[in-house]
Amino acid sequence: MSQREVLTIFERSRKGRPGYLPPALDVPEWELPAGLGRSTPADLPEVSESEVVRHYTNLSVKNHHLDRDFYPLGSCTMKHNPKVNEQLAALDGFTSLHPLQDVSQVQGALEVMVELEEHLAAITGMDAVSLQPAAGAHGELLGMMVTRQYHLARGDAHRTRVLIPDSAHGTNPASATLVGFTAESIRTAPDGRLDVDALKESLGDDVAALMITNPNTLGIFESRIVEIAEAVHEAGGLLYMDGANMNAILGHARPGDMGFDLVHLNLHKTFGTPHGGGGPGSGPLCVVQRLEPYLPYPRPVREGDGFTWRLHPPEGIFEQRIHGTYGNFLVLVKALAYILRNGADGLRRISDMAVLNANYLKVRLQDVFPVDYPDGTLHEFVASGRELKEKGLHTLDVAKRLLDLGYHAPTIYFPLVVDEAMMIEPTETETLETLDAFAEAMIQIRREADEDPERLREAPVTTPVRRLDETRANRAPVVCWGGHCD
Amino acid sequence: MRPTDVQYTREHEWIRMEGDEAVIGVTDYAAAELGDVVFVELPEPGTKISTGQSFGSIETVKAVEDLYAPVDGIVLEANPLLDGTPEKVNEDPFGDGWLIRIEVSGTADSELLSEQEYSAEVGEA
Amino acid sequence: MAYAPHTSQDVATMLRRLGLSSVDELFTSIPSELRLEEGLPLPEGVSEAELRRRLGGMARRNRSTGELVCFAGAGSYEHDVPAAVSFLASRSEFATAYTPYQAEVSQGTLQAIFEYQSYICRLTGLDVSNASLYDGATALVEAVLMAVAQTRRRKILVPRALLSSWRTVLDTYLQARGLELVELPAGEDGRLDPVALDDHLDEETACLVLVQPNAFGVLEDAAAIGERVAATKALLVAVVNPITLPLVLEPAAYGASIAVGEGQPLGLPLSFGGPRLGFMAVRDALKRRMPGRLVGETVDRDGRRGFVLTLQTREQHIRREKATSNICSNQGLAATMATIHLSLLGKKGLSEVSRACLSRAHYLAERLSGIEGFELPLSGPFFHEFVLRTPVSARDFLAAMAGEDILAGVALADAVTGADERDVLVAVTELRTREEMDRYVEGARGAVAALSTEARS
Repeated sequence: MSQREVLTIFERSRKGRPGYLPPALDVPEWELPAGLGRSTPADLPEVSESEVVRHYTNLSVKNHHLDRDFYPLGSCTMKHNPKVNEQLAALDGFTSLHPLQDVSQVQGALEVMVELEEHLAAITGMDAVSLQPAAGAHGELLGMMVTRQYHLARGDAHRTRVLIPDSAHGTNPASATLVGFTAESIRTAPDGRLDVDALKESLGDDVAALMITNPNTLGIFESRIVEIAEAVHEAGGLLYMDGANMNAILGHARPGDMGFDLVHLNLHKTFGTPHGGGGPGSGPLCVVQRLEPYLPYPRPVREGDGFTWRLHPPEGIFEQRIHGTYGNFLVLVKALAYILRNGADGLRRISDMAVLNANYLKVRLQDVFPVDYPDGTLHEFVASGRELKEKGLHTLDVAKRLLDLGYHAPTIYFPLVVDEAMMIEPTETETLETLDAFAEAMIQIRREADEDPERLREAPVTTPVRRLDETRANRAPVVCWGGHCD
Repeated sequence: MRPTDVQYTREHEWIRMEGDEAVIGVTDYAAAELGDVVFVELPEPGTKISTGQSFGSIETVKAVEDLYAPVDGIVLEANPLLDGTPEKVNEDPFGDGWLIRIEVSGTADSELLSEQEYSAEVGEA
Repeated sequence: MAYAPHTSQDVATMLRRLGLSSVDELFTSIPSELRLEEGLPLPEGVSEAELRRRLGGMARRNRSTGELVCFAGAGSYEHDVPAAVSFLASRSEFATAYTPYQAEVSQGTLQAIFEYQSYICRLTGLDVSNASLYDGATALVEAVLMAVAQTRRRKILVPRALLSSWRTVLDTYLQARGLELVELPAGEDGRLDPVALDDHLDEETACLVLVQPNAFGVLEDAAAIGERVAATKALLVAVVNPITLPLVLEPAAYGASIAVGEGQPLGLPLSFGGPRLGFMAVRDALKRRMPGRLVGETVDRDGRRGFVLTLQTREQHIRREKATSNICSNQGLAATMATIHLSLLGKKGLSEVSRACLSRAHYLAERLSGIEGFELPLSGPFFHEFVLRTPVSARDFLAAMAGEDILAGVALADAVTGADERDVLVAVTELRTREEMDRYVEGARGAVAALSTEARS
């Protein structure tokens, strides 16, 4: 099988090539009644197992991945994924469970869920948790639904505005809008924190919630959070925390103590479950007691010495549900394993070392790539590539050159409040040697930008493909092999 | 050179009045600032547009910008060329890259700029 | 502190560079009244060996389908999955990669997703598939929202024979939209009532949701329904089980504009309901309204073939509050698993699986309907799942069968709220042997005999 030529699995197909077959039929063959049958055969490829194995193995090695090298992606928290968690989530007692089995048959699975909920509540200082959200954005969406139901139950249907800082993830305004709220942007103050005066001006009795990320996307703790919480609560609104950056403050501070009413966590960030090339993630929502009635059903609960499902909400409460089953269960198994393995002290040390790593890297890099908001850095920081513009270069070129040097690029052009942004998050699982080597690579690139800008412009040259023509991919999209499959 | 037989807006659009009708497009400056245009979303014929309101959007790979109506009117035609070849906006913004033809219903807005004023606006006077 | 690699020497070196004397000084931006002094109220960490004991114990406190012979369905099905699927998909290169934003070092993920999209297009007959959604229920929601946006109409027709869990998800998502949801009843045959459809399908209708096979396992007359919908300019949203598609009329052929469904049957283990994936395919004209990621083919600077994320302006990270959806992470690895599974099965394998499901389900249904007291209450045609009316309560029946190590199905009332308490939804896949089905029949006879004796005494 040639590795030089890029072929899809469809192009490897040969008519009549034998592949997988199910167990032989030992019952009479049944035919579909007339009129229900397929009109044209589904033209799937015919490939042998050995070819499939080679095809996907050869595809896989074209990926940068965490087990290969450093992934300084800000906000994404690409930390080591412990292997024992994979082993445990692959146990037959977890993978071979039907979601509608009787509770007597799935006590262990319910125990996983209830115990994880209890630990997440302890970590966040909240009272109740839903594990249904399949991703962070799904958790945010649920948070907005809970917010809406809470206000409706109090007769506050007029609360339609959700305030969101301009440094927020794009999912925040998108989630608020989906639930019928109007998303409104609050500016960032010169110190990189929410402009509390601007917030207070925007608050009113039509505000449903303030949605903030803490620490925020600049890696900075909102140190006036208690004042913010008081102002929001006084105006009758709820305070929502996007917990994407919870890995910075584990064991140091808890959203519940800060006055947050809702917080979603990203188990695939803070709790070390793998990203899978874009999911499955998991985005549990944790809430204070007064919001618990509005969490989605069914909910796993303790009952005597065992566990059961609570299927419906109390009378008079709108029943919510955001997943056909209970969420990404196997991801929950991995996150529970992660918490148990680390324990209280271990979790705190995770944040200690994540913050130490980020600060160290910032100090090593800030002379070559300026950091606009350098004070109070926790787990990540945002550098800028703007000085390269005079060479006709951009942050994108730095990112591509990093690929040549064997690293993944940082998160680029986010947050929007920093020009030519490079958001860098090393996480706690990187060694000092890795941080130093990465810093040297960045310093080298900065030097190349002055001395040999063409090298950046041409980068990457060592990757499986070079820069791709995205304009072409967008003008006449080819999104299916063989063009339109009609 | 920018044509002088059209008027301009601060949102970087141009409008060419032709009796009761007008043709609207984006300027060469806007096209260059946007970069490679990959898609233009335009209203159906018969759609009402009103001054200052968005009537469509223009997309590059990583950005989407609203298009704002310079006058009131009713859409007669959206440029059919842009459906398959949105790059016309980059290649010929004042010609083949036009966006919509409308029937003007309101009086032309006084905020419209001349070629000279627009060029000064974008710092090229 | 299992996974942070710092030696005390490292920490000292780094603190010196920062001009600090302790790590705690890095956290001074957190106001002191918020600092957690006493530590988290959690147990101490455990060794890997202890962890294995703890979680292994929880796994053993479940009765898996390794122990029970599984006839449960209702949206989740136990199929045979070739070993190569998990072998390949669990490779670190796929599992520990991030979302493919840096395309040059993500060609593996991108091409796998491109192939996934191609598979979904081929199965449904439609033009464009996205890179996956969370699950079938949320995929249905997104399809309905697309139909509303496209038609600018506000009435949604949904069938009675839709899983109640999905219906609740739909109601939850649509709560702030001011849409009118009309539930169409099912007839005696278990199919969508055509008279009710005619009554409600009008110029205000954004879409009809057609579930094929429906939540009773019954196959709808999709072609006839498609014709009715086509006459109104409402969109037809087809919810399909991909395992049926090698044999059953494909959505494009009956005029569906959008096809969605649960992708779990495509090589994903049951896993107590997740991870799984929602798939979605649409006609070309709808592609810019599609939620979620999309991979497209292009070329690199040297003219080499490659793949990138495309049409990203639809998405939240660019369009923010105006995005087509708020989805960001999807079920990437699950889609990769489905791709590998479909590649292994291929044209012949998938067809044979489909045929085996159909044939085996009919064998069991026929045998069960021959037992006194049991009947098949719905007369409509079915694929690999059917409603079985027992002479006792479905829950008692299932409990008795579990005693025989048979997971005999799902109480229909647990799948579709309000269904007859005696009814069991029974699913049969290619994995169920004749011997296992004969055991089911014997078990059912015995269970009912025992339950009746119990009731008499």
